[in-house]
This record gives sequence, structure tokens and C-alpha cells, in this order.
Amino acid sequence: MPNADEVKTRIEAAIPGAQADVDSADEVHFSAIVRATAFDGLSRVQQHRLVMDVFSAELGGSIHALALKTEVP
Amino acid sequence: MSDNQIRDAIAEAISSNDVILFMKGSPDRPACGFSARTVAMLEALETPFAAVDILPDQRIRQELSALSSWPTIPQLFHKGELIGGCDIITEMYESGELAETLGVQPPADAPEDAPAGADPAPAPLGIENRL
Repeated sequence: MPNADEVKTRIEAAIPGAQADVDSADEVHFSAIVRATAFDGLSRVQQHRLVMDVFSAELGGSIHALALKTEVP
Repeated sequence: MSDNQIRDAIAEAISSNDVILFMKGSPDRPACGFSARTVAMLEALETPFAAVDILPDQRIRQELSALSSWPTIPQLFHKGELIGGCDIITEMYESGELAETLGVQPPADAPEDAPAGADPAPAPLGIENRL
């Protein structure tokens, strides 16, 4: 089961230059704010997909929900 | 209806409605808090929208997510393109970007913060009716 630090590490490893702040009260529902230059020029949907794709195997399983906010620095 | 027919019907609904929301329940009886909030935001902007309840057949959700590459419900489409789910729509509502994207003038009394939405109706039991 992932914790907030692991979620942060995996987002930052998967998206070059990304910086993530991740919170979780129960380690199944997560909320993350992700800043990345890689988001520049992408729609919000495309930005969210980049992050969601990191957890595609776990979403709906060990990760029930990932509330997401994305920003271009 | 085969899975392919469901997918074709979804694609047709998306292309023939400028603003269409795929949700749990109906705008009058949303069955999930995220769907309720998204409906409340569209209603606050007084923008007309089509709505599809994904609950009656689980294949609707499967085919929709396969089509949109988006895992969660609700999903709001504008002119054939996925704009987002509840998180993105909330962010866009509060920044004024949602009204801009949809090409509507927000009414003077529209709340600045995203409205909470009605309490969701109890989730249906999911009984399959074969009568």
C-alpha cells in the first residue's frame, strides 16, 4: 500500500522536472498538487492524464482516489 | 446492445451535444457528490447541457472510459472534447475559465466558489431487471 511519500516520489520520477506535494489521511485517498514544466502547452485533461497514468494499475485498487491539481511553474 | 453499439451511441451523443455531462444519477437526482457538484456548477452558470446517467448499465462507464481515457465519473465534454472531471471543473469554475470555455456570461448572482450541490440520492441497489 503506497504512502504519501511514495506517491510523491513516483510522480516526480515519472514526470521530468515535476514537483509534487502529496497528502493522505488514510493512505487510500490521496490529494496532490503537481507543478511541472512538462505541463506547459497541455490542456488540464492532458496534464492530469500524465499523472494518473503513473498509477493506472492501482487506481480503483490500493489507491481509491487521487484528487489532483496541476500547475505550470 | 453490443459493447460496440454502446460505444457508438456514446460517441454520437458526445458529437451531437455541445455540452454533455456523463454522471451518476440524473441532474435532478444525482447519485454521487462529485456528480452533484458538477451539475450545480453548470446550473450556476445557467448553461444548457445534456446529461447521461452511466449507472443503468456498467458497460456505459467501461466504454466511456475506454473512449475518453479518463477513469472517473463525472466527465464533462464540450464540442466533442473532454474538459475534465469534478476537480478540473471546480478549478475552472472558480477561475472563471469554465464560463469562458463554454462561452457563457456567468449570471450576476453566480457564487464565486463552486457551489456544493444537492445531497446525493442514495445509491441505487443495482438490481438487474429481467422482467
